[in-house]
Amino acid sequence: MNRKLLTGNGAAAWGARLARIDYLPAFPITPQTEIIETLSNWIEGQELECRMVTLESEHSMLTAAGAAAVTGVRVFTATSSQGLLYAAEMLYTVAGWRVPLVLVNVSRGLSSPITLEPDHNDVLAMRDCGFLQLHCATCQEVLDNLLIAYRLAEHPRVRLPVLVNLDGFYLSFTREPVQIPSQREVDRFLPPFEAGSISFRGGEPLSEGVTVLEGSAYSYFRYQAHLASLEGIAVYEELGQEFAKLFGWDYSALECYCSEDAEIVLVMIGSFATKAKEAVDRLRETGRKIGLVRPRLVRPFPVAALRQALAGKKGVAVIDQNLSPGKGGILHGELASVLYGTPEAPAVLASFVGGLGGRDISSEEFFEIHKVVQRAVATGITPEPQLLYTEEELRSLRKMQSVARAVRSNQGGGA
Amino acid sequence: MSDTPYQHLRDLPAHHILGTGTPMCAGCGGLATLHQVYDILGEKCVIINAAGCMTLLSVYPCTPFHGSWLYTAMASAPAGAQGVRDGLDILKKKGRLSREEDLEVVVLTGDGSANGMGLSATSGAMDRNLDFLYLCYDNEGYGNTGQQYSAATPHAARTATSKGSLGYPGYKKDLFAIWAAHNPGYVATVVAAEPLDLARKIERARGLSGPRLILALAPCPTGWDFEPSASVEIGKLAVATGIWPLKEYVDGRVTHTKIPHPRLEVRDYLKAQGRFAHLFAPRENRKMIAEIQARVDRYWQKVD
Repeated sequence: MNRKLLTGNGAAAWGARLARIDYLPAFPITPQTEIIETLSNWIEGQELECRMVTLESEHSMLTAAGAAAVTGVRVFTATSSQGLLYAAEMLYTVAGWRVPLVLVNVSRGLSSPITLEPDHNDVLAMRDCGFLQLHCATCQEVLDNLLIAYRLAEHPRVRLPVLVNLDGFYLSFTREPVQIPSQREVDRFLPPFEAGSISFRGGEPLSEGVTVLEGSAYSYFRYQAHLASLEGIAVYEELGQEFAKLFGWDYSALECYCSEDAEIVLVMIGSFATKAKEAVDRLRETGRKIGLVRPRLVRPFPVAALRQALAGKKGVAVIDQNLSPGKGGILHGELASVLYGTPEAPAVLASFVGGLGGRDISSEEFFEIHKVVQRAVATGITPEPQLLYTEEELRSLRKMQSVARAVRSNQGGGA
Repeated sequence: MSDTPYQHLRDLPAHHILGTGTPMCAGCGGLATLHQVYDILGEKCVIINAAGCMTLLSVYPCTPFHGSWLYTAMASAPAGAQGVRDGLDILKKKGRLSREEDLEVVVLTGDGSANGMGLSATSGAMDRNLDFLYLCYDNEGYGNTGQQYSAATPHAARTATSKGSLGYPGYKKDLFAIWAAHNPGYVATVVAAEPLDLARKIERARGLSGPRLILALAPCPTGWDFEPSASVEIGKLAVATGIWPLKEYVDGRVTHTKIPHPRLEVRDYLKAQGRFAHLFAPRENRKMIAEIQARVDRYWQKVD
């Protein structure tokens, strides 16, 4: 084990390297590019034996990734945002091929307006594609979960591609100390892929992705993929324990922080949950019974664990770094479907949307969220969904607009 | 092309390996092409398919193919070929796949994918000098959805989306030239109605490496509006009128493999198909027919 300062992207590259990937179909996009550059340098320097091919689009990249996985080699690829959506058709398609591969998505807000900074609309747009989704909060988790992701994807009870998500900028470009396990240690956890029946070779013909002409066969395959995905919850827990035995720290589908005795619980995914933890610590210091529950698995969704973790809580605040226009926060809807009708469901399930396009969520806002939920618990009325935006922000945006107008009128243009 | 074993029709494979009873239409020129190509390639290939008529060949749980098959999507079959070729090469290098187990990677798409949304992936595969064979069955329209016009539709043809008196206003995209401009391993045009020429070209393509295109004119009874029994005749007329030049590109040079002499008038080809009926009735559109003839003449003047 070797401790080193790594960015989230660096940790992802290390995870792929230690997983001894055979094949890397690639396409550059901010903020992911550092991952493929790092791997490319290792390949050039013969530190990593892997074939890298830059495709002409992410759609082709995912096609090549899935097609190579059908031959039985270990495949890694990475993208972000627009790239993920450009590849969307192939994410659905490749998941249907039931082949294991790992795709890292470095979250970034979607156009338009076009931005480079993060939120979760990109990855949640792919919520239903059939890939398993692991969401990381720290650089260490990125590395570790890449290794776990290969075990999960290649597990005979799962055999589905896995997406590992990390937030652009906040994680991709932030250096944190990361324990890098030795290759020997990793080899014990992640042996070479035994492809079994997944192979194209002469004398053993195989048809993949064939047409089905009626609903019964279609439903059969879709249900199979769904049931395999659900298996992923138990498999992830098993792997998390096995990981702990070898490396000393464990992983579970849910991270529960101070939530056991909490009355109010924040629910979040991704790196901003570390900000929520900080807010929980500060509120705990003043005697507030607050905690955090963070799903690492978004697909499959750890429904039973969430019900258990949130049973009997007075209020839950779901903080979504995404926005489904016309509805609101996506995770909030997910949580409502998990909790509705269960005997000890919290009476208050409040929705907060924030952190879009790289906007921060400040400690004060976490405190305010706590206050709003506390009030709701007292009245028994869940508040309307709240869009986090401060008056000061609005003032500064207005100022920006008026400056632009002034510049334009000074140049003789219209207002 | 005397270097191939196919000198006479009797040299063509007598054993046919593509299964029968597929859902393709009677008289399908694309299927006839695929039969002939598959007989020569043999079953040690993996077919990477894009959305089109042929996607309906492999319908769960049956397939007419004795070899492997991978359906990708409409836009990215060449990228699928990239992944499979790379995967097989990695396995070979690691000693996990023997030479005997290796497969020829064959992309199979219609003209819609080949000329339209698949062109970016095709061009990319050629940039990377991917070792693969691309078989395009060109039925000159989006056949599987009822023959709407595509970039491969010929001038004046009536399609489901060009039903006016002038037919399709555009001109057929020159996919052969687009491929040749990439300097690939091989490019050839074929038609199932000329099986000896086709067999020689497939055999030649097999012996070469890099990106290789077989562009097959695929007479389509339902889309072009003619009787299924006329499919071979239409294919022969396409060659005899010079509308479909049989040629190949190797090492920077284009060679015509069958120069029609004397060339029949294009009207013989046009008149045989319902998609051009509006050029002959209610009154003959001499100007349009002459324009089509002139374009063909100009092409062959450059060849001669």
